[in-house]
Amino acid sequence: MSTVQRNMSLTGEPPKTLNAVQKFATILGMFGLAILLLAAFNINFPNKALWLAISLLSISGGIILFAKGAYANELEGIKNHGVWFKSVSSRGFLGWLAGIALTGFYIILYFYAEFLGLNANGANTGVISLFDPLSKILSGNPASQWFVYGTLYTIAIFAFGIKFIWKYRHNRYERIRTMSVMFFQTAFAFLIPEFMARLNSSEAYNLPYYDLKSVWPLNYYLFDSYSLDGLLSSGNLGLYMLLFGVASIFIITPILTYKYGKRWYCSWVCGCGGLAETAGDPFRQLSDKSMFAWKVERWVVHSVLVFAVVMTTALVSTYLGNDPNDYWLTRDVFLIGVAVFLTLIFAGIWFFKRAALNKDARYGAAGYFIIIIALIGIHYGSNTENIFIFEASELRQWYGFIIGAVFSGVIGTGFYPIFGNRVWCRFGCPMAAILGIQQRLFSRFRITTNGGQCISCGNCSTYCEMGIDVRSYAQKGENIIRASCVGCGICSAVCPRGVLKLENGPLEGRIDGNQVLLGNDVDLMAMVNKN
Amino acid sequence: MEHIVIIGNGISGVTAARHIRKLSDKRITIISAETDHFFSRTALMYIYMGHMKYEHTKPYEDWFWEKNKIELKRAFVKQVMHAEKELILEDGGKLSYDKLILAIGSKSNKFGWPGQDLKGVQGLYSYQDLETLEQNAPNKKVCKRAVIVGGGLIGIELAEMLHTRGIPVTFLVREDSFWNVVLPNGESEMINRHIRNHHIDLRLGVNLKEILADEHGRARAVVIAETGEEIPCDIVGLTAGVSPNTDFLKDSGIELGRGIKVNRYLETNVPDVYAIGDCAEQHEAIGNRRPIEAVWYTGRMMGETLAQTICGNRMQYNPGHWFNSAKFFDIEYQTYGWVNSDERLPEYEEHFHWIHEDDTKCLTIATHKETGKFLGINTFGIRMRHEVFDAWLTEERSTDFVVQDLAMANFDPEFYKSFESQILEAYTNQTVKA
Repeated sequence: MSTVQRNMSLTGEPPKTLNAVQKFATILGMFGLAILLLAAFNINFPNKALWLAISLLSISGGIILFAKGAYANELEGIKNHGVWFKSVSSRGFLGWLAGIALTGFYIILYFYAEFLGLNANGANTGVISLFDPLSKILSGNPASQWFVYGTLYTIAIFAFGIKFIWKYRHNRYERIRTMSVMFFQTAFAFLIPEFMARLNSSEAYNLPYYDLKSVWPLNYYLFDSYSLDGLLSSGNLGLYMLLFGVASIFIITPILTYKYGKRWYCSWVCGCGGLAETAGDPFRQLSDKSMFAWKVERWVVHSVLVFAVVMTTALVSTYLGNDPNDYWLTRDVFLIGVAVFLTLIFAGIWFFKRAALNKDARYGAAGYFIIIIALIGIHYGSNTENIFIFEASELRQWYGFIIGAVFSGVIGTGFYPIFGNRVWCRFGCPMAAILGIQQRLFSRFRITTNGGQCISCGNCSTYCEMGIDVRSYAQKGENIIRASCVGCGICSAVCPRGVLKLENGPLEGRIDGNQVLLGNDVDLMAMVNKN
Repeated sequence: MEHIVIIGNGISGVTAARHIRKLSDKRITIISAETDHFFSRTALMYIYMGHMKYEHTKPYEDWFWEKNKIELKRAFVKQVMHAEKELILEDGGKLSYDKLILAIGSKSNKFGWPGQDLKGVQGLYSYQDLETLEQNAPNKKVCKRAVIVGGGLIGIELAEMLHTRGIPVTFLVREDSFWNVVLPNGESEMINRHIRNHHIDLRLGVNLKEILADEHGRARAVVIAETGEEIPCDIVGLTAGVSPNTDFLKDSGIELGRGIKVNRYLETNVPDVYAIGDCAEQHEAIGNRRPIEAVWYTGRMMGETLAQTICGNRMQYNPGHWFNSAKFFDIEYQTYGWVNSDERLPEYEEHFHWIHEDDTKCLTIATHKETGKFLGINTFGIRMRHEVFDAWLTEERSTDFVVQDLAMANFDPEFYKSFESQILEAYTNQTVKA
């Protein structure tokens, strides 16, 4: 196939070029970033509060002004003009540059926080010290690298959220959804934990950082011994928070997912999803839609889930085993309980939903079930200090390193401009895996295909951040019910023919849909469907 | 093993191939001179606009064809020798078949305008047209103005495409309002305004007289017949419809009209030769449909039908209720059943028209004057459920019923404002007045 020689001019041309407003916005935003960078290189700013305010306002202002330049003079509608011409959104030079910069930032953040000015003994320096004034206002404590990260993260969701709303202002679903992620990030992930930290100045409280909307197993540190110690030593409030954490995954999550699909979490509440949907939106078209990628996705994400379950079981049983007489729940009862619970779940799926699952999903489920039971069996049969074959704390460290830091941070967010904005959610998030299994098997959510109106153009598949080949269903007139769908609604938004609609409806006929309606007479359709 | 050869890898040919494969293990070969793989023709515009790359417009991954044992051949067929059941290819090669399916699509209409074959003058139908467009109009520096001749679906798409690259567009439309041979006036006029809101220089009721050349034989300007006005430009888009691409079949013995003549079984006059999609012309039109239907959906339906016939279950092409859709810049259009334009309005048909105050949403419902039966609906900026309208048309519902229950048919995304009560109120008031 011959390809067209594109103009190599660097000055740009519509739709690639930046207009005057966008150029100014870029300078403003870069100025704000430059202050942070200078601070990171230990330039000591005299009035930290002022310079921090200037920096953060410049960054937010730059992003919002950029959005104004991009969308304010356009009529409402889908305007993905030049997405595949622009360097940053088509894995060009700027895309790689952004990817490398983000990845570098995450490596420093997770593994070399001292470069940001974190000092084991003594006051902060560098960029972290720049954030001290804000941190003291909120929690009363000096900043940490996580406070810096949390602040920037919230600003990103807030400012890029405004950009997203501007871009999709004709679409009320997108507007409301984005306001929801902006709210949950600002209130639940950022402000409430800081205020909780303020409570800790009292003797009665010893609360760990706890983002209440972050549900286990995404929040894998909830059952760490320090976290459990903290919660259990913080009176009724701590106990309620722990109970809420347990109820989140076992009661609240299943109910909401049954009613609305996993989107209630992944694209309305979750912080990872929030960043992906706002700052990550320009990269959604970069996700891999191939059948191969789908296979890899299913193996990897469910493996992470198994890892998370094994690790957490090990942690909790160690915790309970330390002082056998401290808790009403003993380690043995806990382990038997886990085994019984998992057995019931798998037996239930096997019995009721076997037909709905693909062959390999069945193999996978059965295989993992056997592994978990076997591991628990090994432990239960032996009386050594070790949990399973590893020490629980070692397992936890490896999980934190591989999944928590490298997968969700360095790869998941750092590689936005290379692999798309949902790499972590699609391949790595154990919470998404649980919600996905439920969405696939037991939920009212589906994306309805509108009869025979699909023209196979491919906009839906291209702009699906989860790499679902939406078109392959739409052109057959089938509903889309995929474990990975986060319900962002963009497939429906970009469809030029009004073919897709996110809906909650009865379970009956949800997957097969009604009789495939492609516009032919009924006899033919009966014959086509027979095969 | 019987060898089925399909000329053309568009939606019609590929659908036929897929369904023949589902029903049989016959040998299948698809020949195309256009591209190696099937792509969505309707998505060509999005490649130029930068929404997608060519690879995104391919509905099946490249391994699909080998896995399903559908052979793909990149070649141009010069001649069909039906007596020998053989195809002569442009490179001199030959290919024999047992059954031949012609799914050869269309080409852009040219009505004998002086200068219509100059460089810089082009239609927009094929992948090659897109490549030519990329050369003729890569950006607003090379292409300072574009003129588009012909106000149909391809014309407005081309206007939108050029507009995204900042190229000023003059849009010449023969009719006195955009596409009003198909759309009722209220809708057509709303689209006129929408086109102009995008800063397209829309000229209504004008015809092209000629295209002028520069010293290099490139188009440099067009002349308008009515006024003699000369409009300088660097590209002329000819989008005055398409017609079947049958030139190479002229002396083949296969009966041609405007297209390839077929019966209801999609069979041509020559045994074992069939025609489907844009290029097929029914001897007699089916219902209100035209004898040639150059529409994505009908191409697909013909492919499905013919696959049954080829696999031993001889079947008539029997399309269900008419439906179609399009998008005019930012405004989506859907239609179910028949709504005729004002200029083609049959005696028995009357219209209810509603337009939203923001001027981007409207609908028209056609009713049988005597019986009150619902005949069809056009909607703009409001998505409707195909399934519901298909059922209502089959059940022969009244327009009163349809307007009352319109909410059932709404397919807009969740949380969208709905206008059913406004529409019902307007409908009721109108009925009272009449």
